[in-house]
Formats: sequence, C-alpha cells, structure tokens
Amino acid sequence: MTDPARIRNFSIVAHIDHGKSTLADRLIQATGTVADRDMKDQILDSMEIERERGITIKANTVRLDYRAKDGQDYVLNLIDTPGHVDFAYEVSRSMRAVEGSLLVVDASQGVEAQTLANVYQAIDAGHEIVPVLNKIDLPAADPDRVRAQIEDVIGLDASDAVLISAKSGLGIPDVLEAIVHRLPPPRGDRDAPLKAMLVDSWYDPYLGVVVMIRVMDGVVRKGDRIRMMATGAVYGIDKLAVLRPQMKDIAELGPGEIGVFTASIKQVRDTRVGDTITHERRGTDTPLPGFKPAQPVVFCGLFPVDAAQFEDLRDAIEKLALNDASFSYEMETSAALGFGFRCGFLGLLHLEVIRDRLEREYDLDLITTAPSVVYHLHMKDGTMRDLHNPADMPDLTLVDHIEEPRIKATILVPDEYLGDVLKLCQDRRGIQLNLTYAGSRAMVEYDLPLNEVVFDFYDRLKSVTKGYASFDYQITGYRQDNLVKMQILVNGEPVDALSMMVHRDRAETRGRAMVEKLKELIPRHMFQIPIQAAIGGKVIARETLSALRKDVTAKCYGGDATRKRKLLEKQKAGKKRMRQFGKVDIPQEAFISALKMDG
Amino acid sequence: MRAGGPSAYLPPMIPDPAPPAEPLALYVHWPFCAAKCPYCDFNSHVAPRVDHEGWRRALVAEIARMRAETGPRPLSSVFFGGGTPSLMEPETVEAVLEAARAAWGFRNDVEITMEANPASADAGRFRAYAAAGVGRLSLGVQALDDRALRALGRLHGADEARAALRLAREVFGRVSLDLIYARQDQTPEAWAAELAEALRLADGHLSLYALTIEDGTAFGARWRAGRLRGLPDEDRAVALWEVTQRLTEAAGLPAYEISNHARPGEESRHNLTYWRGGDWVGIGPGAHGRLTLGGRRWATEAVRAPGAWLAAVAGRGSGEAAREALPPREAAEERLMMGLRLAEGVEEAALGPLGDLEARLGPLEAEGLLVREGGRLRATERGRPLLDALLRAILA
Repeated sequence: MTDPARIRNFSIVAHIDHGKSTLADRLIQATGTVADRDMKDQILDSMEIERERGITIKANTVRLDYRAKDGQDYVLNLIDTPGHVDFAYEVSRSMRAVEGSLLVVDASQGVEAQTLANVYQAIDAGHEIVPVLNKIDLPAADPDRVRAQIEDVIGLDASDAVLISAKSGLGIPDVLEAIVHRLPPPRGDRDAPLKAMLVDSWYDPYLGVVVMIRVMDGVVRKGDRIRMMATGAVYGIDKLAVLRPQMKDIAELGPGEIGVFTASIKQVRDTRVGDTITHERRGTDTPLPGFKPAQPVVFCGLFPVDAAQFEDLRDAIEKLALNDASFSYEMETSAALGFGFRCGFLGLLHLEVIRDRLEREYDLDLITTAPSVVYHLHMKDGTMRDLHNPADMPDLTLVDHIEEPRIKATILVPDEYLGDVLKLCQDRRGIQLNLTYAGSRAMVEYDLPLNEVVFDFYDRLKSVTKGYASFDYQITGYRQDNLVKMQILVNGEPVDALSMMVHRDRAETRGRAMVEKLKELIPRHMFQIPIQAAIGGKVIARETLSALRKDVTAKCYGGDATRKRKLLEKQKAGKKRMRQFGKVDIPQEAFISALKMDG
Repeated sequence: MRAGGPSAYLPPMIPDPAPPAEPLALYVHWPFCAAKCPYCDFNSHVAPRVDHEGWRRALVAEIARMRAETGPRPLSSVFFGGGTPSLMEPETVEAVLEAARAAWGFRNDVEITMEANPASADAGRFRAYAAAGVGRLSLGVQALDDRALRALGRLHGADEARAALRLAREVFGRVSLDLIYARQDQTPEAWAAELAEALRLADGHLSLYALTIEDGTAFGARWRAGRLRGLPDEDRAVALWEVTQRLTEAAGLPAYEISNHARPGEESRHNLTYWRGGDWVGIGPGAHGRLTLGGRRWATEAVRAPGAWLAAVAGRGSGEAAREALPPREAAEERLMMGLRLAEGVEEAALGPLGDLEARLGPLEAEGLLVREGGRLRATERGRPLLDALLRAILA
C-alpha cells in the first residue's frame, strides 16, 4: 500500500488532435513503465474503433512509478477518459476518481470549444488543473496568446503553464514535476470502512470481468468479501492488481489508490459504473454520491441483411453485451425485415460504435432502423406504458396523451457561430434557457426534445460551427406534446422500419425530407414508385420515383456470355444488401441515410 | 415394344441410324487493328508487323486440336471477327476455311461471314476473300456522317463507306452493315435521316448499336473525367431507340435481336447459334467457345494476349487458357440471358435448372414486360429496352 501523500491521480483534458494520447505515451516512456521496444503509438487507445475514430470509449488507466527531483518516489495514476457526450456519465465518474487534470492545449491552435465541456467537468469535480501548452516547437506556436486565451476563456491562471512538445519529448520532465508538486494528493481514511468507486469494468476473455476501482476510504485486499452497494451482490476478490498498463498483482489497495480486481463476476452488466464497493461485513452504510444506473436513451432495431445470419447476430449481441452494461437488447420481429433485435444505447455514437463492432468483429451485414427515444404513452384507462418502437404504437383511440423525454443542452460556441446554433436549436423545437458570454465564446443552454437530438443534432452542430462547438446534455424529464406516428409507404406498402414519432408541427418537413431522400436512395425500378409519408391515413408528403425506361446491353455475342454471367453474380451479391418491400428493393443504407436531415 | 418378345422368326434387329450430329459453328478471332477505336473494349491490338505465316499455322493447328475433341459435326457457320479480320491476308482466310472444311465439313447452306472495315485498302481485298469462300460481309460503317466518324476515331469517311458498301454488295451474296447511334449530340431527327439512308443502302441485315461507354476504353476515361459531353439522357436514349424500331420495322427489317435487324430469312445464322444456346468452337486470342460434350456444357476461353496465344499454340499445342464445365444452373442462366435477346425468346423447357420462376416471372408478365406463350418466354416491346433490368429481376 502506498502512502496517499505519495500518490497523484490525474486525467488529461484535451481537444481531439491536441496531443492527449501522445503525451500519455511520453509519460509512460519517461517513467520507464513500458520499455521503449514495447511502445506502440497511443498505447492506451486499445480498441480498433477507438484508434480509427481518434476517440476514447472505455476509460483506460495506467499506474506510473516516478522518482521526483526531491528524491521521493511517487505513484502517478493516469485515467484516460472518454470524451463524448454519449459517455458523459462515465466521464463524470472518471473525473471523480482523480484529484487533478492536465489541460493540454495546442500552442498554435489555442483553446478549442470542444476542450471546454471536459474542462468544466474537471472544474465541477473540484480538480486542480495544470495547463500544458503542446507543440511549442512548431513555427506557428504562440504561447503568450494561448496563455491569455486560457485565462480569458476558461478563467484559469496560465502564467506557469508547462511548455512541451509531446512529439519530441521536450518538457516531459517538467510535466512530471508539475503533477507531483501542483496536484493535490488524495485524501482518505485508512481506518474507515471500505469505500471504493467502481470506475469502469470490462470483459477479459481469460480473466472474466475486470473491475477498475478507486479506493476512497479503507483498504481492500486479495481474498476480501466485498459487496456492490447498488446491486447488493457479494463477491470474493480473486485477483487484485494495478495496470502498468498490463496487470501486475498487488496485495492491497489503500486510500487514493487505483487498481483492478477480478471476482468471478460473470457479466459486465453485473457491475455498474459509479457504484460503491464496500466490505461484506463491517461495510459502510453511506454510498458515494452521484451513482446513476445506465439508462439507454436511444433505441433502434438491428436486423441481419441476410435472414440466415439471425443466429450469428444473436451470438454477437450476447457476447458484446457481456462487455457493455449500458447496452440493452430484446428480440424484435418486423413485417419487412424479419427477425432482429431492438437495442438500447446511451446515444447515437454508442449506437454507431456497437453497430460497427457487430459488423466488423463478427462479420455481419446489418440493417439499422430509425433510432427512437422512449415515449410515455398515457392510456385512456389511466395506465402508462413505455414506447420504444414506433411500430408498437397502439390504436390512437386508446391513447390519451403522449410524453417525450426532454434534455437540457449546454452548448459552448465561438460567438461568430452563435446565430447558426440558435437557429438549429429553434428548428429542433428548443426553448432557450440561458445565454452567457465568456470572452469571445457564448454558452447557451436549451431545453430540447431528445428525439430532435438523437438523429443528427451533433453532426449538424459540428457542421454549422465548423467543429468549434461543444455540446453536452442531461435528461431533465418528460413533457406532453403533440406527437404523432409518421409512416413511410413505398409503392403503397408501409415500411415499418422507417416509421417514426414526430411532432405534429414538424411532420410535413420531416416527411418531405424523408421522401426526397428515399427517392435518391432507392434505385429506379421498371415501374414508377410512389414514396409517401403519412399520418394515420393522410398523406402529408409524396414523391414519385420514375420508372426505368432503358437498360439493355447493346452488344452481346458469344464472347460476352461469360462476362454477363459474372456480372450477374455481382448483382446477386448486391441484391443481398437489399430488402424487398412488395415489389420494391430498398438498399440497406437507405434505412439510416433517410433519417439524416440537411436542415 | 414388340409384342411377344424376341423371336427367332424375326430378322435381326437393326440399330437406329445415329441421330444426325448437332451442327457446330466456328468463330475465328483476328486480334489486330490498324488503330484502336476509342469506344471499343474488344480484344484488339495495334501491331506494327504481323507474322502472317505464323498466325496461319497457329489457327490451322487450333482447328485440328478442336476437331479431335468435337468429333465429326458439320459446320453450319464460320465467322471471322476481331479486331479487324479484313486485315488478314486472303491466303490465311483460305487456309483456315480449308482446314475447317477438311476437319468438320460444311453443311450445304454454310454461312461464312467476315467483319470488315470500309477503308479502301480493306475493300481492295474483298474479291480475294470472296474467292476464298467468304459469302457474307459485315461492314463496320458505324456512321454515315464524317464528323461523327472522326469523333468515333474511325479511319474511313462516309463516302468511303458508301463505296465499300456498293462494292461489297457486288462481290458478296449477303452484306450486313453496322451503325453506332446514341452518339454525342445526335438528335432523333438526325438519326432518323441517317438510318433511312442506311436502310436504302442495306442489303437485308443491319446491326444498330447504341453507343456504350465501357471501362478500359479511351471514351471510358474521358467520360469519367467529365469530358465526354452531349451523350443522350434517358429520354433521348428512349427516343433514339424508338426511332430505330419504327424505321426498321417500316422497312421490313424488324429487330430479331436487341441490336440486330433483318429481313426475315436474312438473320445471321452464326450469331443465332450464340443466342439460341448452340455449340460453337472459338479459336484465336481471347476467343470463347461452348461445347456440349458427354452431356455437359463446357465453356472454353483462349489466351487473351496475341503474343502469348501464339506462343501457347506453338509451345504447348493449345491456345486454351481455361475451360470449365458449367453447372446446369449457370448454363440455364446463360440460356436465358442470351435467349431473351431474341424476338423469338427462349424455350421455357431450357430453364428447368433455374427452378420455379413463377414468383419472379408472374409480376413481370403482369407488368407487360414479358410474355409466355407456346412454351416460350420472351420480352415484349416494352420489356426489350429494359432487358438488363428484367434479367436482374429474374436471376439476381
């Protein structure tokens, strides 16, 4: 066990390309935690999709041993946190597990809006923050301007910001010294009952579920019987370790320490991020504040393109769910798409990540249906039920009224883009709550319906602000509104996978956008195809896809027969990526692309 | 069955005479051209010097090799294609035809066709080709308009084409001419006028091809780069197709295949072999063949590059690059793809291996794109310009 006075726990807050991962790599190297020959770039971003998208989805951590210039040995724990709003809760838990943050800013680019949301999370968590200016060796670096900007925009004293080049290694020793001397040590009572926060958990094929914890009070040892306070489940600790970044066994973890354990836990979903872990006997009665069970907020259907792949999809979803407690699923049957699953996600990025992993790691071709939020249906008989899937909408005569989830959105944006952001929020049925300025940045708060946000709000926000806005939200509750189910009919046949709940006032606009998009996405057929949006029996938008009139190979003689046959094989493969609705083939991309609106 | 069983009183049984051998077609590929046309994706090459003697020997050797496989079957047609076969030395044509006759024998009504360019140098050899046995010439006129011919990269002019056509009609029993339409900036009116002239000059057979931009051609590259302008949109393409059908029908040369028009009886019997699923031997670089041997349908393909083909024939005694026994389903798919190109359609009996097609054919029939009658399946007037889409709907 380490004396808390010799521990420093920290995270790194940075805009996406400002060098967070490179700095983490340098710290790992400079402390000799990983031998140079074993280094590969961005060692902490372990998932292929994380590396590709340049985002962190799971919290990663590493424990570094550092002998400071004062001759003392310190233990430094770096937690690398996810940076996307879908994982805002996970971020907030990671932030609560450490006492300080390094705020890494590119010395030529300056503070970017996306840095702000995370830095405010760090401030909320009571962190001591050390500004670090990276890439100071670039010709365009302007540390003075960026220092002033940090003070102006964030309100942090940047006069003794550390100047570094993570790429060349310049200034890395100064960062380590700043961590030791400027960040506070953790506090905690070694003699109090055990109180540890569950920061993260994941499935390891050899070890089963691995749980990452931060000990607040007390001491945990290998062999201890522990209780998860939210679930009440009791386990015996089989293995206790720290991450360097590989697991290294340790006998005990005391206050301020961060480590992992295994305890024959079968599924990741048996562990809840933010839960408090204590001893089975003589444990604490008061859990740590802030625990929230994971609540999927966006639902969609996932169907195999090839119906024969349903069992493979089931296996894949079950395996993924073992490693992701925040993702829920149940079987669904669609008239058009056959057997599949209705799945719940933390947000749209989470949805895309899961879908990508299913397609890539399990080699499946999937159709994704319109994402939907959870509506509350208040029935005439006084009961209330959740609606996860617009296809399940009961007969309207039975429904008294419908409520939809609302969020409070916080958007930070350079003021030149403010007008576009306000327009976007208004268009999405937003109600402005607050507007303040910090330097040349505006902070707006909006009350928005979640269903206007789940489709493409974040994409639109990034596009209208050229990426300079940051966005965060929390669900605030449910409110009644004039909501209707809109159906899409292709050649007169309703396509259940495309039906959605919309606000009555927005139905025409959405319906028009959908039918226009579908007109582009559906290939022409040998007959004309009406594409309609309808509410109840009433058509509110219509487009007609004209009939194909000429499609014939001019020359086809003996030598062309083989070529034609090979082309046919390709066409057969192409047709597998289509779904047939009545006489019409709809490509699978249409199901998700049709939902992305341009306005 | 004879009642009473075999009896010593009856004369010994005489076996039935062997069924008449199925006729066979022979395709001969001559891969060389004087210049490569920008729209052409055929296996054609421009060579500075051709070893005519060597090519002659190789083609003759291939005939002998194939004869050993097919056994005795009379040739119903021979077709010299290319490339530009009218660049062949007449001696080569003569040697190939002699070898073919010696190998298989010709049916009395054998049809021997050669593709030719209207350039005067080629036309100068017409009589020699006729003397060697060519009875039908397929002349690559392509356009009756000088500007259009230049745009298509052709080496001849319209007057040269008219002269070649007159000469060909004097020299050969049967003449066909090829035109390309749906060209850059071509209006339906201009095409109607050009086609009307072609119908006056024609002898009984026309091949009328809508210009197709193929990958791997100069036009393909220009089109991708956005530098091939004035190609017809779908409306104009349909108008041009309709003009083509209307004028040829009025002149008594209706389409018997998507792009081929003939006075009844003047159809290309050689090409009908392809579309009707008959057997043919293909020799020369890149030539494909189809042979039914021992109850299986074989697809053969020759080495594509001319030099490599020549070396293969000389070196290992065969120009063949690949052969494959088509599974019955694929053979039937091919029958359908080829057969539906014909106005007469395809026998439904040949489509057995495709299984029950009712669910696919029914809606297309209801849509008025296909008809089934007299045991045959064929595309209607509305269905024919949509044939590729129809085939996808049936087979994909």
